[in-house]
Amino acid sequence: MDTEIGALTVLFTEYYYWTMVVFMFLIHVGFCVYEVAASRQKNMMHTLMKNTMCIPVVSVSFFFFGWWLYFALPNGPGITGGLVAAPFATPWSELMGTHMGGNPVSAALTADDTMAWSRLNGVFWAAFLLFSWTAASIVSGAAIERIRSSAFWILAMLLGSVLWIIDAAWGWHPEGWMVRLLGYHDAYASGVIHAIAGGFALGVLLNLGPRIGKFKADGTPRDIVPHNPWLVTIGLFIIFVGFWGFYAACNIPMWDIQAGDGVFYSATNIYLAPTTLSAITFNFIMSFSGGLMSAYIVSKGDAFWTYSGGLAGIIAASAGNDLYHPIQAMLIGAIGVVFAYKMHYWVERKFKLDDAVGAVAVHGYTGFFGVVVAGFMLWGYPSSPNPEFAHINPLGNFVGAVIMFFVLGFIPGWVLARIFKALGMLRIPERVELMGLDIAEYHGRYLSEEDVAQAELEEARAAGLVK
Amino acid sequence: MTTGLIQNWTGNITDIGPMYPFVGSEVFLVIIGVAFWIIWHIWQTKMENEAYREDTETYGDRESLTSILIDRTKVGGK
Repeated sequence: MDTEIGALTVLFTEYYYWTMVVFMFLIHVGFCVYEVAASRQKNMMHTLMKNTMCIPVVSVSFFFFGWWLYFALPNGPGITGGLVAAPFATPWSELMGTHMGGNPVSAALTADDTMAWSRLNGVFWAAFLLFSWTAASIVSGAAIERIRSSAFWILAMLLGSVLWIIDAAWGWHPEGWMVRLLGYHDAYASGVIHAIAGGFALGVLLNLGPRIGKFKADGTPRDIVPHNPWLVTIGLFIIFVGFWGFYAACNIPMWDIQAGDGVFYSATNIYLAPTTLSAITFNFIMSFSGGLMSAYIVSKGDAFWTYSGGLAGIIAASAGNDLYHPIQAMLIGAIGVVFAYKMHYWVERKFKLDDAVGAVAVHGYTGFFGVVVAGFMLWGYPSSPNPEFAHINPLGNFVGAVIMFFVLGFIPGWVLARIFKALGMLRIPERVELMGLDIAEYHGRYLSEEDVAQAELEEARAAGLVK
Repeated sequence: MTTGLIQNWTGNITDIGPMYPFVGSEVFLVIIGVAFWIIWHIWQTKMENEAYREDTETYGDRESLTSILIDRTKVGGK
């Protein structure tokens, strides 16, 4: 902070992430709107509260241990080394509080630690935390109208503050072992957010079971339509806005990328490899457009799937959107949507899976697809500025996609949901599901309205205004 | 009496480190915070179980449930 360029870099980075976090908040707003609209009226308020309260539950747990996990686990541990010391990210660190950057009080920290992290720790923490909310929210939509909130919030916490941040330490960290050994490349989180959350949701749904009435006796699925289709699309529009912030938050905005002598400042991806905001703006919009166009055709103009297809198009191209040509991004987005759409209905019929909002398809299958495609499309590119790291390759990204979707997503989701199910804590009681989760609120509201109306009538009579 | 390490803003700014009150109590704060978080989950689970029990008792008998479900099959029923 004592040189102009140093201060400019730190303050710009601090402000950049602060702004992106605000944008990313809209993802959660959009998910809430979307889920409430997709649920039936009898479950609206429960659906809203389920997704709203995953915000504090994930946030406090991410403060207590999630942030530390990211910095402690890039080696596995045990794959490329041991635990990495991260004294600035422990919940009792003075750098996890308001700090001016002067000399540390704690002996565990150095003056360099405080200078570097005092202004960036909170905004970095929040940017990663908002990804945690997103991962949890993806599962929330899939499980609406029958999961117990108590179970969901614990599952959300484990996904948002443990599993996703482990995958980020492994495959979304400049020193992550998957980057180092596999050449794993996933710049805008096709795998590290979407595939893991989709895989986790799949594991939960297999234990949770479908909503009552979802399938006919012969196994044919019924369409449980949103109570407000228009609001579903507004929710997805809001998610698109937040997704801009998500993309920008995946970058380091200002970093000296010149190896050796000399200085050259640029934006980088999370691996500290060069990219530009201009490039990702091209590719975000083009992959979004490819997804929308493809989804419109494949769903025959269905609004829900067309909007979801826009999201899936971005997710399909996200792993390589730091480097793709915009037309490549468009085509990958378009193809990824067809894959997701076909997989959704095949799995629904084959396994009687009730994914209420198509989350497993839009996030899980498309995220997996996106990581695999990036392995082919970017074959031979450096995965990192470190020349000793493996280069991007199809096998490395395929193994990475399997780790994201199955190892850290599906398997833990299935096991944890199985435990909750065995304890009778996963699904709401059958009678409550039939009558609707909001029955008490509705009934209480009607009683209250009736009571107030009666009081108005009595007061009007007393005043001689009515008979 | 002061709860923090800052006496004034006129000295060398680079000497200012942690700015929150009660520096040194961080481990204690973490213990309290974790306890609050875990107790919240336990409390919430009990509240939820109680709400489902009340809903089932109030509206879950055969007659009430039949009435609710038949009402929903009508046009405009929720």
